[in-house]
Amino acid sequence: MSKIEIRNIYKIFGPQPNQVLSMVQNGADKEQVLEETGHTVGLDNVSLSIEEGEIFVCMGLSGSGKSTLIRHINRLIDPTAGQVLVNDVDVLSLDDKEILEFRKKTMSMVFQRFGLFPHKTIIENVAYGLEIQEVPEDKRKEIAQGQIDAVGLQGFENQYPAQLSGGMQQRVGLARALATDPQILLMDEAFSALDPLIRSEMQSQLVDLQSKLKKTIVFITHDLDESLKLGDHIGILNGGRLVQVGRPEDIILNPADDYVKAFVKDVNRSKVLRAKTVMTKIDKFDTSGINPSSTYKYDEDTFIEDLIPRVLKNRSTIEVINKAGTTTGYISSEELSEALTQTN
Amino acid sequence: MIRKILTYFTFPIFFVWLLVISYNSSKRKPDSVMELFTDLSWLYDWPKWLDIPLMKWINDGFKVFNEKYGIYFEVINDFLLGAILSLKKFLIVLPWPVVIGLVVAVVFFSSGRKIGTTVFVGFCTFFIGFLHPKFWDKAIETTSIMIIGIIICIIIGIPLGIAMSRNNKVRNAILPVLELMQTIPSFCYLIPGIMLFGLGAVPAIIATVIYAVPPLVRLTDLGITLVDTEVIEAAEAFGASPKQKLLGVQLPLALPNIMQGINQCTMMALAMVVIASMIGTRGLGDEVLLGLQQLNVGKATEAGLAIVLLAIVLDRITQAYGKRIQDRNKPPE
Ligand SMILES: Nc1ncnc2c1ncn2[C@@H]1O[C@H](COP(=O)(O)OP(=O)(O)OP(=O)(O)O)[C@@H](O)[C@H]1O
Ligand SMILES: [Mg+2]
Repeated sequence: MSKIEIRNIYKIFGPQPNQVLSMVQNGADKEQVLEETGHTVGLDNVSLSIEEGEIFVCMGLSGSGKSTLIRHINRLIDPTAGQVLVNDVDVLSLDDKEILEFRKKTMSMVFQRFGLFPHKTIIENVAYGLEIQEVPEDKRKEIAQGQIDAVGLQGFENQYPAQLSGGMQQRVGLARALATDPQILLMDEAFSALDPLIRSEMQSQLVDLQSKLKKTIVFITHDLDESLKLGDHIGILNGGRLVQVGRPEDIILNPADDYVKAFVKDVNRSKVLRAKTVMTKIDKFDTSGINPSSTYKYDEDTFIEDLIPRVLKNRSTIEVINKAGTTTGYISSEELSEALTQTN
Repeated sequence: MIRKILTYFTFPIFFVWLLVISYNSSKRKPDSVMELFTDLSWLYDWPKWLDIPLMKWINDGFKVFNEKYGIYFEVINDFLLGAILSLKKFLIVLPWPVVIGLVVAVVFFSSGRKIGTTVFVGFCTFFIGFLHPKFWDKAIETTSIMIIGIIICIIIGIPLGIAMSRNNKVRNAILPVLELMQTIPSFCYLIPGIMLFGLGAVPAIIATVIYAVPPLVRLTDLGITLVDTEVIEAAEAFGASPKQKLLGVQLPLALPNIMQGINQCTMMALAMVVIASMIGTRGLGDEVLLGLQQLNVGKATEAGLAIVLLAIVLDRITQAYGKRIQDRNKPPE
C-alpha cells in the first residue's frame, strides 16, 4: 500500500459546506459555486497516492488549493467529504488524543510563512517538536544544535526569529521540521522566500538528504523548475481539481490540458528529459551508420542537457546504458532535435 | 408568519399586564376605574398611580435574598476585608523610604533596567507624601483596595477571555454583557456593592471589579485571537495538545495585549476607588471629597494631584512590563 492515500477529497469553505457539496459533486466549478452560493471550493474530488520514500510535488497557481491539500494530510483541516489514509490508517477516524500521537510520531511540516514562534529563540524553535514529545532538555538541545548546524545557522541559536532574514527563518522552519526525524515531511512552499542561489542550494540539499534519509516528502511549489528538479511525481492542481499526476517527463511530454500546457510552455526541456526517455531503443536503431570512434556511453538517467555538446559539436552518437552496463538504446542529433522541439 | 405575529402580540399583552399590576398595587389610584373615563385630567399630568412598583419588588426580593444567602456574603466580606487590612497594615508598617525603594526596584526590573523611567517613577512616589504627609497613608489605603480588586479582576478576567477566544458561543454570550457593563455609568456600580455589603471598602472592591474587568476580558480574547494562525498551526502540526498550545504559544504571544488589559484595568480601578469615596471608602478620594465639601480648592487640588501621581506610578509599572515583552517579540528593525 502507498504511504499516503487520498481518496475523493472535497473541501468547501463557507457556512454550509454540506449543502453545497452535492452541487460540486455534480460538476459545478469553483467560479460557479462562488457566484451562486458564496462558498469557496478548496478541493474538488482529489485522489492521490504517494509512495514511501518519494518526493511528491504538488503544483498550481495561487489559490489552486495546494495549502489546503497538504493540511488534510496531518488533518489541520477536516475534509467536507472523502478519506485520507496514512500508513493505512484512516486519519479521520482518529480521536483527539490519537491525532496528537499521530502528528508527533509520523510527520512534521514546514510552513509557507514559516510559522515560527516569535517568543522562542531559534534553538527553542527548532527543539519545539521534541519538547512536545517530552524529550529531556539536554538531549533535545543537542539534536536541535545538530539541525541548526545542518542548515548553516550556527551562531544564531539564541536570537529571536524576528532578528533573522526571511531566508534564514525559512531554514529554521526546515530545521524544526527535521529535528523530530519524521517519516513524512510536509513542505508548503518551503523555499519560496529564498534567493535563487540559496534556493538552488537548498534544493540540492533536499535531494541529498532524501537520498540518505528516504523520507516521504510532500512538497508544494508554484515554480515548475523547482518541481521538475525535486519531484519523483508531480500533481498539478487547478481551481481545486487535480488535473494531472505523473512523472516530470510525462508532464512535459504529454500535458493533460491547456492549463498544464501553459505551465510547461517555457520549461527548459533539456534539464528535465533524461537519456532513456528520448533514446531510440536498441532494436529499432539502425546501427550501421555509427562510427565507433565517436560513440560515447552515458548512463540512462543522464539529463540530455549534458549530452547536447557531445552530440552537436562532434556529431557523435550516444550509447545509452542502464545500471547493469547493458546498452539499451542510442541518441543521435535526430533524437535530440525531436525531443527539444516537440510541441503538443 | 403566524408565529411571528404571535411573538409580536406578546409584547402588548405583557405591557398591559404590567399596567394592571401597577394600577392594582398603587395606593393612590382613583376610587373606581370608571373615574378614568369621566375625568380625563390624568392625561395631562403624569398620574400618581401609573408607577411600576419596581422599588418595592427589589426591596422585597432583596430582603428574601439577604435572609437566605446573607451568610455567604458575610464570608466574602470578611475575607476581602481581611485581605485589604493585612495588605494595608503590611504596607503601612514598612518605613516609607523602604516602600519607595520597593517601587523603584519593581519599576527598574519590570522596565528592563530603564534608568529614566525608574528615576521618574521614584520621584512621583516621593511627591505623593511630599504634597501632604497625610496623603502617604491614604495613598497606601487606596492602593491596597486597588491591588485586591485587580487581583480579583485577573482571576476572573483572564480565564473568561480565554474561554471567549476558544468558543464563539461563549463569546457571543459574554460580549453583550461586557458592552452593557461598559455603557452603565460608573457610579451605578456602587449599588450592588452597597446592597450586599453595606458601606466601606468591600463594596468599593465589588464595584471596582465590575467596572474594571471588561477591558481585561476583551484584550485577553483579542490577544489570543490575534496570534498568527500559521503559528498556531505549527504548534498543532507538532502534536501540541490544546493545553500545551494555550500555555506555550497562545498566552505568551497574547501577553502584551493582556498586560495592556491589566494596565487599563488598573487605571479604571483607580478611578472607581476614588469615586467610591462617596460610599465611605477611605483613601485619597475622600480627601478630594472633603476639599470640595469645605470649598477648600487648595486641599482638593492637592489631593487631586496626589491621585494623578499615584496613577502615573501605577501606569508606568504596568506599562513598562508589557512594553518589554512586546519589544522581545518584535525587536527593533
Ligand atoms: N480558511 C479558509 N476559509 C475560506 N476560504 C479558504 C480558507 N483557506 C483557503 N481558502 C480558499 O481555498 C482556496 C485555496 O486556498 P489555498 O490556501 O489552498 O491556496 P494555495 O494553492 O496554497 O495558494 P498559494 O500559492 O497562494 O498559497 C482559495 O480560493 C482560498 O480562498
Ligand atoms: Mg498556500
